Amino acid sequence: MQLTLFYIFAAVLVFAATMVITSRNPVHSAMFLVLAFFNAAALWLMAEAEFLGVVLVVVYVGAVMVLFLFVVMMLDINIAPLREGFTRYLPIGAAVALVMLAQMVMVLSSDHIQLISSEAAPSGVADNTRAIGSVLYTDYLYPFELAGIVLLVAIVAAIMLTLRRRPGVKRQNPAKQVRVRKADRLRVLQIPAESRIVPNAAAQAEDKK
Amino acid sequence: MEAMTIQLEHYLILGAIVFSLGVAGIFLNRKNAIILLMSLELILLAANINFIGFSRFLGDIAGQVFVFFVLTVAAAEAAIGLAILVVLFRSRDTINVGDLDSLKG
Repeated sequence: MQLTLFYIFAAVLVFAATMVITSRNPVHSAMFLVLAFFNAAALWLMAEAEFLGVVLVVVYVGAVMVLFLFVVMMLDINIAPLREGFTRYLPIGAAVALVMLAQMVMVLSSDHIQLISSEAAPSGVADNTRAIGSVLYTDYLYPFELAGIVLLVAIVAAIMLTLRRRPGVKRQNPAKQVRVRKADRLRVLQIPAESRIVPNAAAQAEDKK
Repeated sequence: MEAMTIQLEHYLILGAIVFSLGVAGIFLNRKNAIILLMSLELILLAANINFIGFSRFLGDIAGQVFVFFVLTVAAAEAAIGLAILVVLFRSRDTINVGDLDSLKG
């Protein structure tokens, strides 16, 4: 039963990975990559790595792949010139991949290499997340903090790369706004009051005549 | 009955297949920078599958911690790679790797 499930998920994963690299439209490629990650997450769940399976779906499918889709759809790319050379490189690409795959499978199935026991080791813990957390914050605390720094650098780099300052853009300067004083904005003018309108006596006299 | 359970070889061979597909993707789509990044993601996924398999069959949680770090670095790589792509498209109006030859003498 478990093996059947494994084969189903693995088959869909390999199919999706194949479609990622052969699909004509980059949006379809991104979608098939989502499918590949999803099946990999299912396989990880079966391997009792529940935390990482959930993280793969939430972080990868939810954030990184959405970022991919966002960029693919934002860039108005002409696909035709990007596809040229596909058939030209198909033989050598397939040959290299097949040779590498054959070599790896030969290493794995060699009699001289004794893989570790075929029995899955009992994990011993029921709570996978607790087990990861208990080593992540003790034995791996230093690498964990370094991972945080890597993410921080990635944030700063991504923002600095895509930030563009165009001349002639009207924007607010909050520091300047806060520093403003009454004298900079308000000007009191002294305007002489209107003098009282007196009826023109000469004009009245003219009317009476 | 032993043949009916999942073995370590299953994970390793699946990882090898996905890795080969990622390498083939780099060869086939060498003009399209976005698909190149996706192929890199496939290769990292293959490495993670191997880590998970070994972690399961050695009963060692360290493999899963390592997958955690690989995911972190892969996310950072994807973010910076896509930012570079956006800047590239803005300045050159193309993401064709074949057109990026201004450093050629």
